[in-house]
Amino acid sequence: MTKPKAGWTHKTFMLLLMVYLLLPLAATFLYGFAKQWQTTVLPEGWTLEWVREMFRDARFLDALWTSLYLCAISVALSLAVMLPAVFVITVYLPKWETFMKGLVVLPYAVPGVVAAVGLIRAYSSGPLDLSGTAYLLIGAYFVVILPYMYQGIRNSLITVSAVELLNSAELLGASRSRAFLTVILPNIWPGVIISTLLSFSVLFGEFVLTNMLVGGHLQTIQVYLYRRVGESGHLASAIAITYFLFILLLSTALMKLGKKMNGVAGR
Amino acid sequence: MKRRNRWMLLGLIPFAIMVFAFQVAPILSMVSSSVHDPKGAGFTFGHYDKIFQSAYYLKAIKNSLLISVFSSLIGIAAGLLCAYSITRFTPKIRDRLLMLSNMTSNFAGVPLAFAYIILLGNNGVFTLLFRQWGWDVFAGFDLYSWSGLVLVYVYFQVPLALLLLYPSFYGIRDQWREAASLLGAGRWQFWRTVGLPMLTPAIFGTLGILFANAMGAYATAYALVGGNYNLLAIRIGSLVAGDVVNQPELGSALAVLLALSTLLAVYLNHRMSKRSQRFTASYASVPARKRERIRLKSRGTRTAEEAGA
Repeated sequence: MTKPKAGWTHKTFMLLLMVYLLLPLAATFLYGFAKQWQTTVLPEGWTLEWVREMFRDARFLDALWTSLYLCAISVALSLAVMLPAVFVITVYLPKWETFMKGLVVLPYAVPGVVAAVGLIRAYSSGPLDLSGTAYLLIGAYFVVILPYMYQGIRNSLITVSAVELLNSAELLGASRSRAFLTVILPNIWPGVIISTLLSFSVLFGEFVLTNMLVGGHLQTIQVYLYRRVGESGHLASAIAITYFLFILLLSTALMKLGKKMNGVAGR
Repeated sequence: MKRRNRWMLLGLIPFAIMVFAFQVAPILSMVSSSVHDPKGAGFTFGHYDKIFQSAYYLKAIKNSLLISVFSSLIGIAAGLLCAYSITRFTPKIRDRLLMLSNMTSNFAGVPLAFAYIILLGNNGVFTLLFRQWGWDVFAGFDLYSWSGLVLVYVYFQVPLALLLLYPSFYGIRDQWREAASLLGAGRWQFWRTVGLPMLTPAIFGTLGILFANAMGAYATAYALVGGNYNLLAIRIGSLVAGDVVNQPELGSALAVLLALSTLLAVYLNHRMSKRSQRFTASYASVPARKRERIRLKSRGTRTAEEAGA
């Protein structure tokens, strides 16, 4: 097989793509630190004023906190529900997997707006009036991250050959629950952490469901950003960049973990 | 299942409850609401009828379809070129480039719309610069209308197309290229008769995902044009959770139509990726595929097939 070699055509294509993709990011970044930026290619002066103002804004810190705790609760709930369920299905009910696959693809195929309409219709009246509450949003978030969680946990279980591990543990006299807690869980943990972080970053960027379900009552970072866009461009830039850096940190951690996992699996 | 394992089923109960309450029940409730007669307790197709009679809603559907088709086609074209280019680099550089391109997908939604407003909005940096330099080529460009929306949609379609398409280029073996050139085929002829037909299932499959992605996109359009541009997703949002008049039944009917279109597109992807697997599965060596799959997943590709596979 010939070694891949990139000619100048390919280099140009990639350069163009990168410029196209990174330009909006760079602009937001510059705008967040610019004093004046009107009729020049680069800003005329720099300032940290916007960042300072952002951290002084109580609503920003509130929104950040709301986002963090809503995402954390949803992911924790999802972990608590999905770990046993995926374990039981993968180990004891492999026949159900086809059904599960279909169920888990649904959140991909159903857009956020549609899911929001369904949730509003189901819970805005009747015995279970959850409209505008965090409970409804957490339930919605659970469904959003369902594919990531299911796939992540299932892959980890298969990678560590959970069934064989479980059998050996039982052969050596461990009870089933003990085998799950001391053998299976520590082994799948790295994979589970990856899907947890991924789910967290997906939820952190969620806007549609949040805005439609609880927009008037709870402000997450995305909803807050949406509200501020109309007010001060520089301030909104600072917020967008902070948000982006946070997600970047999260995904870097994700990648590092993923590489580590691959290293372990390859050995 | 052995009897002593029966109690294991208890582990499924919370899962079943959550899925029923927040996934199945809302969909059922939406579908039933879309055929519910607000005046009585009867069953009616009146809401669908109303949609297909109304120029306003038809326009929204048409706009959404057009923008999805356009942005998907542009996304596929750019994605194909870039995917081919990216496979020509060494794996190390390729992975870096892919990482950068995926990174930008975190920037979708409200922040993306905002970045474009800074660049090309009414008082955008480029808008003012071009005006000052007297470049009136861009005078006809309006970020808050059709052309602007297409531009912004394409932005989030290209990285997705790239990510979904580049693995299938590895399915085209170098030996084939050599064989074709030995038999006298030129570069162009090779791509026309061997390369592109090989890629066709992957292209159509990706097209399905891109289309569904654009049809369902709400945040970007909402943040960019608000209610000023007539799009299906935005209409649904304002009918159900709007400030003015709530017409939940009509909103439900529109949402059912939107869901049907995205389900259809995702189904297309599913069928096509089954077909393209026939080509690639036998070729790719196992460790490389495994690595590929794990990396794809850790970056959260939104392909339905990944979720299903």
